[in-house]
Amino acid sequence: MSARRALPIAAWLAALALCAVQVARTQFVADLSSFLPSAPTAGQRLLVEQLREGALSRAMLVGIEGADAPTRARLSRALGEALRGDPRFTTVANGAAAGFEREKDLVFANRYALSPNVAPERFTEEGLRAAIGETVSLLASPAGALVKPLVTRDPTGETLAVLEALRPDAGPRTVGGAWASPDGRRALLLLRTRARGSDIDAQAEAMAAVDKAFAAAAAREGPAAGSARVVMTGPGVFSVRSRAMVERDVVRFSTLGIAIVATLLLVVYRSALALALGLVPVLTGALVGVAAVSLGFGVVHGITLGFGTTLIGEAVDYSIYLFVQAGGGRRAGDAAWLAGFWPTIRLGVLTSIAGFSALLLSGLPGLAQLGLYSIAGLAAAALVTRFVLPKLLPERFEVRDLSAFGGRLAALAARAPRARLVVAALAVLSLGVLAVRHASVWDPDLASLNPIPAADRALDAELRAAMGASDARSLVVIRAGGEEAALAAAGRLDRELDRAVAAGRLGGYESPARFLPDAATQRARLASLPNAATLRARLDRALAGSPLNPKRLGPFIEDVERARAAAPLTREAIRGTALAAAIDGLLFAGADGQWTAVIGLRPPLDAAAVRSAIQASGVEGAAFVDLKGELDRLYGGYLHRALAMSAAGLAAIVALLFAALRAPGRVARVMAPLVAGVAVVAAAHVLAGTTLTILHLVGLLLVVAVGSNYALFFDRLAGEPGTPAARTLASLALANATTVASFGLLSLSAIPVLHAIGSTVAAGAFLTLAFAAALAAPVKRAAP
Amino acid sequence: MTRRPAAALAALLALTAPAAHAAWDVAALMQLLRAHPPGRATFHETKRVSVLDRPLESSGELVFTPPDRLEKRVTSPGAERIVADRERLVLERGGRKQVLELRDHPEVAVLIESIRGTLAGDRDALDRLYTLDLAGDERAWRLVLKPRDPELGRLVERVEIDGSGARVERVAVDQADGDRSLMQIAPVGR
Repeated sequence: MSARRALPIAAWLAALALCAVQVARTQFVADLSSFLPSAPTAGQRLLVEQLREGALSRAMLVGIEGADAPTRARLSRALGEALRGDPRFTTVANGAAAGFEREKDLVFANRYALSPNVAPERFTEEGLRAAIGETVSLLASPAGALVKPLVTRDPTGETLAVLEALRPDAGPRTVGGAWASPDGRRALLLLRTRARGSDIDAQAEAMAAVDKAFAAAAAREGPAAGSARVVMTGPGVFSVRSRAMVERDVVRFSTLGIAIVATLLLVVYRSALALALGLVPVLTGALVGVAAVSLGFGVVHGITLGFGTTLIGEAVDYSIYLFVQAGGGRRAGDAAWLAGFWPTIRLGVLTSIAGFSALLLSGLPGLAQLGLYSIAGLAAAALVTRFVLPKLLPERFEVRDLSAFGGRLAALAARAPRARLVVAALAVLSLGVLAVRHASVWDPDLASLNPIPAADRALDAELRAAMGASDARSLVVIRAGGEEAALAAAGRLDRELDRAVAAGRLGGYESPARFLPDAATQRARLASLPNAATLRARLDRALAGSPLNPKRLGPFIEDVERARAAAPLTREAIRGTALAAAIDGLLFAGADGQWTAVIGLRPPLDAAAVRSAIQASGVEGAAFVDLKGELDRLYGGYLHRALAMSAAGLAAIVALLFAALRAPGRVARVMAPLVAGVAVVAAAHVLAGTTLTILHLVGLLLVVAVGSNYALFFDRLAGEPGTPAARTLASLALANATTVASFGLLSLSAIPVLHAIGSTVAAGAFLTLAFAAALAAPVKRAAP
Repeated sequence: MTRRPAAALAALLALTAPAAHAAWDVAALMQLLRAHPPGRATFHETKRVSVLDRPLESSGELVFTPPDRLEKRVTSPGAERIVADRERLVLERGGRKQVLELRDHPEVAVLIESIRGTLAGDRDALDRLYTLDLAGDERAWRLVLKPRDPELGRLVERVEIDGSGARVERVAVDQADGDRSLMQIAPVGR
């Protein structure tokens, strides 16, 4: 083996080894939130953080369907019972005495610190008369049984006041002692996981725990529960499902893609050796691509691997060009090929890289990964095709001669220009459609990237509505220097929000200060309690004529005296209780030591009322956040940026073509089929009712990248009389077939990211080839 | 007391009446109540509570909507509205509203269900919660309910419901701690 031959191979093998080492150390992720924008500002970071870690991300809604109502209720209670003992869940609510009834003792012992009613006025003669009068009339009601045991120690009814404040404003109705949907066809449970929503493994475990507990409950229930089934939704559930989808589709489509391309090549080449050699640049490109992403981003996303299929479609073209364009007794990769074809391929690779650079700079980490993967992969595949593959070929290597097939193609291509008017008309029509619909071409909604099937999203919306649960989109976020300051600010804001609720401008809210008021507020409440002598005297006057004799209230006076000396309730003291669980997701410290309090708002919601409540509270660092609107704005920003980047990529491609072709006419001829192809595909999407997302934009970029190769070859056929037209056309047809097959396959994926790219590129690649043929300058006849 | 002659009369009736008017028993009472659900009635209630020095008096209106909505509108001494609807009890007083899930508060539910179940003639619901004992005849009957659950038995000793035909006239509740309430009911003509 000569040094000239050994050196590139050795370098290649060494690079492969290095990449393999890097890939082996790589962490693969499938969390779709990396396709969320990377959030440059602190506020936006908080948003994304909330989506991944906040209380909202931990909520899991569970429905029980099938069987009859009493059975569903029993199943719900049994399921609740089982999950309450499971440390994976911090909240299990299903309407059965759960919630805060369990914390009655804690609430009773700390009623004077926790009750929002405790204020100096409440313990004046007037205030006592009113509060105790209320308790006495409650005694006469059917609910009297609740207050009777407490009357002598808590005649002003503070325990009930606290429990009432803690009760969710609007629970669903109960059937058979378990929450049910308004139509009564589902039993409902609301769970909160200890793990954050983005911890997909933990979320999957929690889902499995629910399934297992349900199966056990159903088994105990016997045949009555035969038709009962459990459904789950929530951010964590969605993460688990989308990861499963990504993993499934990546494996499925990569395998199928390779299989289809390999079959196609085998049928054409009729040589296993040619197939194996043909795949060398592809596999090298894939390995280098993954290694590059791993180096650049630290982790590799499953979607990026799924995208690997697409690389197969394009990278395999290089070896097809190498093998097919030789033939006729000439050695693949010989000097003639290097001089004649390689510059065209090189230009095609460079235009592709220019196009993919737009992805790299899109600002969406997921897309940037795709960009880097494609650039590194294509560059590696092209270099291997040029420098390594010819050296690997055995002496007298030759694939089946496709000249005959190419000849038929040439005849077809010769007639193609007759269709140039049709192409022009199509392009003009498409551009017209895009111009008319330009306002609604791009989808501003981030949800279009959501891989969750519409049916699952509908179920989620149904369960949320039935539960009266916050739709997780509107929050007040308060940032403060410390835990106490954040709680105090939340408390001040709560008082203003109460006004909005009373005025019917807000459905309700969930605030950490409701579960644990800040220490200063608690101290102020305790300090408003009168001493024993004063209280006794006031009670005597207040209860003159009341059926409740003040002499019976000795225990009350003692409890108040004890409370006066008590310390405020701390977060430490409520550890492990339902109160602590309720607070955890709403009050937390960030990595920067700043504390965040989150108040979840429930619709109906008047944003102006919330904003003015914030203003009236005078709380610094509080902001009303409409999560979905905010994310859509964020996404809209990225879409614009990506569009700008794509325009820049397009400009770079045109500049490259100018530099290489040095003739405006030729550049126009190369660009025309690309523009026409992109316009027709985009218009077809619009006419089919698909609004385009950032992913379709990626697809269109790929169309330009792939199509530029075709157009360049036609340009070459027209310009260089010595070019073997039949073989060139055969190689183009084969390259096109592999691209259309692998991307067409991708369009079958249920994941919008992959589907959008697949459907766009498969159609676009085919059209650009056809258009390139139609719009090419007449082929100068030459010997094949 | 007329109980003994009434029972004798009932026995006599049972012997002579056609099969449709068979024995006067819980089933017959329930069927009668189901067939003639009461609409509106006025009530006067006296409640003795041990912590209070004198009994609490209240009066107002009862509205029953079969099968499971019972509304109690108190007009004296103060305005108050208490609605037992399915599994939920709503108390409204002075613009404030309080909601109780009956299942979470069996001590409340045991009182509500005795009267609501009787008004509805819902034998199954009553049987689940209480042992039933019927005395008297169709014109003057007394249904005595005792909680089956010993836990509730420690709160509520017995509920006595007196009536005549399909009309419920008096509900007396004896609590285990000696507290006692008595509600007199008079129908409002329909």
